[in-house]
Amino acid sequence: MSTILEMRAITKEFPGVKALDQVNLSVAKGEIHALVGENGAGKSTLMKVLSGVYPHGTYTGDIVYDGQVKSFGSIRDSEDEGIIIIHQELALVPLLSVAENIFLGNERANRGVIDWRSTRKGAAEVLARVGLDEHPDTIVDNLGLGKQQLVEIAKALSKNVRLLILDEPTSSLNETDSEKLLDLLLEFKSRGITSILISHKLNEISRVADTITVIRDGAAVSRLDCSAGISEDDIIRDMVGRSLDDRYPPRIPHARDEIAMEVKNWCVTHPLHAEREVVKDVSFFVKKGEVLGIAGLMGAGRTELAMSLFGRSYGAHIRGEVSINGAPVHLPNVRSAINAGLAYATEDRKTYGLVLDDTIRRNVPLADLEGVANGIVVNNAKEVAVGNQYRDRLNIKSSSIEQETVNLSGGNQQKVVLSKWLFSDPDVLILDEPTRGIDVGAKFEIYTVIRELAASGKAIIVISSELPELLGITDRLYVMNEGRFVGEMPTEDASQEKIMATIIKSGDQA
Amino acid sequence: MTQATTNTTDDQPKMEVKSSWSFLRSHMREYGILFALVAIMIFFQITTDGILLKPVNLTNLILQNSYIIIMAVGMLLVIVAGHIDLSVGSVMGFVGALAAVMIVNWDIPYPIAAVLCLIAGGIIGMAQGFWIAYLRIPSFIVTLAGMLVFKGLTLWLLAGQSVGPFPKQFQLIASGFIPDLFNGEDLNLFSLFLGVLVALIIVGLAVRSRMEATKTGSVEEPFVFFAAKNGLIFIALIYMSWLMADFRGLPNVFIVMALLIAVYSFITSRTTMGRRIYAIGGNEKAAMLSGINSKKLTFFTFANMGVLAALAGLVFAARLNTATPKAGLGFELDVIAAVFIGGASMAGGVGTVVGAVIGAFIMGVMNNGMSILGIGIDWQQVIKGLVLLAAVVFDVLNKKKG
Repeated sequence: MSTILEMRAITKEFPGVKALDQVNLSVAKGEIHALVGENGAGKSTLMKVLSGVYPHGTYTGDIVYDGQVKSFGSIRDSEDEGIIIIHQELALVPLLSVAENIFLGNERANRGVIDWRSTRKGAAEVLARVGLDEHPDTIVDNLGLGKQQLVEIAKALSKNVRLLILDEPTSSLNETDSEKLLDLLLEFKSRGITSILISHKLNEISRVADTITVIRDGAAVSRLDCSAGISEDDIIRDMVGRSLDDRYPPRIPHARDEIAMEVKNWCVTHPLHAEREVVKDVSFFVKKGEVLGIAGLMGAGRTELAMSLFGRSYGAHIRGEVSINGAPVHLPNVRSAINAGLAYATEDRKTYGLVLDDTIRRNVPLADLEGVANGIVVNNAKEVAVGNQYRDRLNIKSSSIEQETVNLSGGNQQKVVLSKWLFSDPDVLILDEPTRGIDVGAKFEIYTVIRELAASGKAIIVISSELPELLGITDRLYVMNEGRFVGEMPTEDASQEKIMATIIKSGDQA
Repeated sequence: MTQATTNTTDDQPKMEVKSSWSFLRSHMREYGILFALVAIMIFFQITTDGILLKPVNLTNLILQNSYIIIMAVGMLLVIVAGHIDLSVGSVMGFVGALAAVMIVNWDIPYPIAAVLCLIAGGIIGMAQGFWIAYLRIPSFIVTLAGMLVFKGLTLWLLAGQSVGPFPKQFQLIASGFIPDLFNGEDLNLFSLFLGVLVALIIVGLAVRSRMEATKTGSVEEPFVFFAAKNGLIFIALIYMSWLMADFRGLPNVFIVMALLIAVYSFITSRTTMGRRIYAIGGNEKAAMLSGINSKKLTFFTFANMGVLAALAGLVFAARLNTATPKAGLGFELDVIAAVFIGGASMAGGVGTVVGAVIGAFIMGVMNNGMSILGIGIDWQQVIKGLVLLAAVVFDVLNKKKG
């Protein structure tokens, strides 16, 4: 079979981070090529290089497509060559019709005037090819996610796609819709359309893929031929097989026998879709002085669990019981959760964590302004003292506490968020992806703070998609998948393979 | 991916005080607006052959702009919280009409009527704030509706007629001057005394807070700037009170305004509530996840705006000595313009009370100066519009550069 695409020695650097390092990818014409790897391994970055999101010149290496070296300056360029990428978050305009969405940016028009007859006819044709039985005038918002995904694919077909890239296409689909989508890929294959499939779901990959490329830490580590017969275990080993050096502070157990927080039968439904249960009957506990990890893939429901516990900041129809330090508590809003001794440091520090235009000094006491005030009057001297205290303690690199947080690096912003919650003096601290997008040095400092807090008797819950991190800093782990806790293990008995296997087994059962 | 790591400042903390020049650059906005006001005043002082700062004109200037400044203080809170209130002009007109009907038509004693009017303003503010804070209807829409509703209700209340005149005592709210307790001959000595006292207090407080900051090592402002700024404020206050003392003394309204400015400056800069309003305007989601009750605070800012609009309505009616169906028409735009010229951000979370007041004075001095020069109302509007645009453009460019 001839090769349609070859990416040679692609290297892409972001300031301070090498996202891709000499990656090679070779895709044969007419195959389904799977790209697997952990969150943040570099899969999406590689596909953005390919599709021109990162234009030629911002990376090094060559893209050879159809035997020619290409230099795409924009998505438009790659689309003209028939390379279409469908992102994880759908790019449809919800209030436009199916037909309008399919031809968005590529309108069937005569001198700027849209030819509606041709638009509808063209839409109906591509809809038939993806097997979607909907009228072209249907408003996209009225369709389910599975059908919206098909509209995206129909849109790709309308552009004469030759290489279709799907980024986690089934992550938000149910079983039936996923099956349909995979069947569609197989059908495209029979028609000669090449696909690149990015997925976490290894059972799906082993079903449809011809070849698998595993990416880890920005490098392509292996290329597996599915016709030779490979097991999921092989894939998992390649995905996670990296060593843990001393990237983590020593883990001295501090867990005491008293339970700091216990949650029983916690259920949460999606705030807009009442039929979607995002957290299903979750029960767990965390002891004082313990660092507890919650592992799981993106979309497993971990953030939703944490935010619903934190004063019902997420979700609807929340049911279940919470007790803190042995006493049952009712936490209808964030203030009551903070007062009960709970803190939640968000995974998205820019949107939910910081008032970016404000200074470090003003962000740190935000969750406990009374702590720096006499009555209702803010005590400037106290506030400055608190700001400086946390700036020193967490080593926040800044010109002074009067620096606006928008100008800090990711790691230092995260330290400000952490400072805010440390100042509120919680008993139970939930950290959601505490080291996302920050450099190795800052990570170590944050890990050290986490271990110190545990030593002082605080209970810490760490939510993370990076398994090595969880294995490096936690004492005990829960594994979450599709809204449920599907496994629990002491960290000393856990391994990345074991966690991945737990996730995948629970997925296969469902 | 991690795109935001480019503009980091990971250098080691600098302990030395920044140079004067870099400090000026980073605080361009705060000083810029003050310079602008001084420059505009000097310009008109020269072009009007000194009429601008004649005691009688200065007094007039303050009386003319008092209601704008009173509302700008409330509008600042609303805009900092991330909202807008388009209804203030109509609410102000409505309350003026209400006062006229109660006092003139129904013979209700004016102190009681005034209190009732302030309460009515509060209720109007709450009624609008309810939709905005609790049902999350955009404030633009709610207050646009409020603007139409209260414009209509003003017409209905006055039956399309002007109602007046008010009793002498009521008029004094706007046109009275504080009595001279010291019995000065040509000069209102008490007014001058008050002016000097206030100037001393302001400078005293500034010195105290600077000493506090020195103790904790958080001084940013170079001493030259500190001294120059406070010296300028000190001299300007004393000069202004001397000018007004030379005419009839400090107007009653001036005292009301000064108190409002002082109280709201304190609330916004020093209290936990003020801090929280800035936080919800800066990033509501982060503020809510920090346990801040954004609904309650948003509701409060609108209730407060209603009361201040009512107060402005009383002052305006008292000044005109009559309530007319056209009162307050378009004032909301002057108020909003003053707040934005004063450095507040459309997105919320940024702005100061003093800035808004200076913004109102910039508008007021330009109105006054251009009228003295005989520039027609047509060109006045054009120039004011351009000044507003220039102020905000300056703001945005300055921010990009910094």
